[in-house]
Amino acid sequence: MKTETAKADLYNSAFHELIEKVGGTEPSWLREIREQSFAQFERAGFPTVQQEEWKYTNVGSIAKTNFRPVTAANGTALSKGEALSPFTYEETRNSVFVFVNGIFRSDLSSVKSLAAITAIKLDQALKDPNHESVIRESLQRRTPDNENGFALLNTALFAGGLFIRIPRGVEIETPIQLQFISETIKGETAAAAFPRIVIVAEANSAATIIESYAASDNESSYFTNAIVDLVLEDGARLRHYKVQREGLRAAHIATTRVDVGSRAVYDTTTINLGAALSRHDIKVTMDHEGASCSVDGLYMVDGNQHTDTHSVIDHRQPHCSSHQLYKGILDGKSRAVFNGKVFVRHGAQQTDARQTNKNLLLSNDAQVDTKPQLEIYADDVKCTHGAAIGQIDEDMMFYLESRGINPALAKNMLTYGFAEEVIEKIQIESIKRELDEAVLNRLQAEWKG
Amino acid sequence: MLEIRNLTASIDGNQILKGINLTVNKGEVHAIMGPNGSGKSTLAKVLAGHPAYEVTGGEVIYDGKNLLEMSPDVRAREGVFMAFQYPVEVPGVSNSQFLRLAYNEKQKHLGEEELDPLEFKDLLKEKAALVEMDASFMTRSVNEGFSGGEKKRNEILQMAVLDPKLSVLDETDSGLDIDALRVVAEGVNKLHDPNKAVIVVTHYQRLLNYIVPDFVHVLSGGRIVKEGGKELALELEEKGYDWLKNENGKSAST
Repeated sequence: MKTETAKADLYNSAFHELIEKVGGTEPSWLREIREQSFAQFERAGFPTVQQEEWKYTNVGSIAKTNFRPVTAANGTALSKGEALSPFTYEETRNSVFVFVNGIFRSDLSSVKSLAAITAIKLDQALKDPNHESVIRESLQRRTPDNENGFALLNTALFAGGLFIRIPRGVEIETPIQLQFISETIKGETAAAAFPRIVIVAEANSAATIIESYAASDNESSYFTNAIVDLVLEDGARLRHYKVQREGLRAAHIATTRVDVGSRAVYDTTTINLGAALSRHDIKVTMDHEGASCSVDGLYMVDGNQHTDTHSVIDHRQPHCSSHQLYKGILDGKSRAVFNGKVFVRHGAQQTDARQTNKNLLLSNDAQVDTKPQLEIYADDVKCTHGAAIGQIDEDMMFYLESRGINPALAKNMLTYGFAEEVIEKIQIESIKRELDEAVLNRLQAEWKG
Repeated sequence: MLEIRNLTASIDGNQILKGINLTVNKGEVHAIMGPNGSGKSTLAKVLAGHPAYEVTGGEVIYDGKNLLEMSPDVRAREGVFMAFQYPVEVPGVSNSQFLRLAYNEKQKHLGEEELDPLEFKDLLKEKAALVEMDASFMTRSVNEGFSGGEKKRNEILQMAVLDPKLSVLDETDSGLDIDALRVVAEGVNKLHDPNKAVIVVTHYQRLLNYIVPDFVHVLSGGRIVKEGGKELALELEEKGYDWLKNENGKSAST
């Protein structure tokens, strides 16, 4: 019980310090939301496996650890240039926003190519009535009662977040990267970071967002608890890549919430490679006619890694379409959870919804719990869903071996072939290459020419 | 080149091959014919090392070495090739990647030069012409969405790239229309030379009009029940496999 108290105290004191600091400058509605959220968090705590939505994912290790909440910038050993190159992509050399332990660092960011968009710190944006109303709308839509403990804690404690607004009709060719780096200073308590991003793509705008997570030291343990809210106004087109390559001792909890406007198109691919424990809640709401989305992902885990994806795609209006393809590759004693809900609400006629989750088990000790769920309350719809769990196909193995390819390499090729369906959808060459390597390096075999 | 002595093999406990004896020399083309269920495809798969089949007796000497002791990938690198009756689709692996890797694995094994993607592209172009295959097939996933005829051509393309010493064609004619049959057979003939050998496994005589065998062996009930020259295939075509039953009595029943 002692550690429980100590842990609560760390979040509690961080919360009160933050309120004291920002209380005078933040709008009162935000302060109310923060207070409600924290009160609700203190009542309910972190989720437990008794809750249906957390049945297969035990977050006890996060609850028991005394993480140090980071709510302000502190010293960093990182500097622009060489030190950051492992974290950024060729395509985003001049379009990367860097965050250290969840706090935006303009000194580390390079945004030369992004003059056409608005990108300012959330606290600054809240002082501009024009931005404030948009952010308020986005934040107030979520009521603390419906949020899980992680989202509540983020709302209570976020600081140093970023607000991005892509102006009406503007098409940004250069991908925009949001690079979240966890940095542990030697001898310090493991950090808890609370990244918070609000992105608004105004009507008929177009952009690509890369949201990526990594650590400056892959061996350190820390906790990332992120929320990214995206709004696509009518006719906007947004591609969103989330690349999770946290350190292998980290916990990564993330919430993505998307509202898709009329005729707007939201395409996202989530890549989960890192973290000891990761959980991603993604909710895409289509409350306007003619909206469409594709929500794809690939998780690849090994050892004792645990990854959990909870996806909700909500068709609330007619003529919307959603396509979902999630693939998982599991080795060692790893475990994966996929829970994909697709709702087709009353009156959402002419809905086109497709959902697939496929898993490849490379070891006998790996385990997957998959649950695609389709709830349909309209009668004129086209919906399919399915899930599969399998092992390397023996006929394919023999076919490759019969051509002189050794079994280890054959297995590797087939694993790559399994992932390829997701990888080929990615339109950023560097991410593709990163994934090629991640999949292929599993057996240290170079074969792709 | 190949010496099969009293080979017996089973699948799931069922004895399929009941003592096969067959000698294949360099430069020869052998046809293995027989009714359905006679064991001819099993023989092809056993030679390739298919894991579902258990060799229960006998021996197979290939180039002076014990073939049965080699894993399937080693057999392939040593120059044994089986064209599959049902080529397998491999999603997500492009045909050219697959072929280059297989080619380089063999080169490595033989201590010869490996090719980079650009060099290999030239080789592939040349080999693809042999089976009249369009370049678009090279970037597609292996066999995925290929028609029956395209899959068979792809098998012969692999044979052309890997340049095996011993090729075993397992019912390569099944599912082929007459034009595709001609292309496939001409491909095989162009690849043949006095240092290589071919075993053609087939139910029908039709393929043997194009790939003319030096010897024909008729398999029935897991044994070779009749042997002869190419005229034997024609005789079988005319009289049907029932003719064998009458000639050999019960032993030929399938």
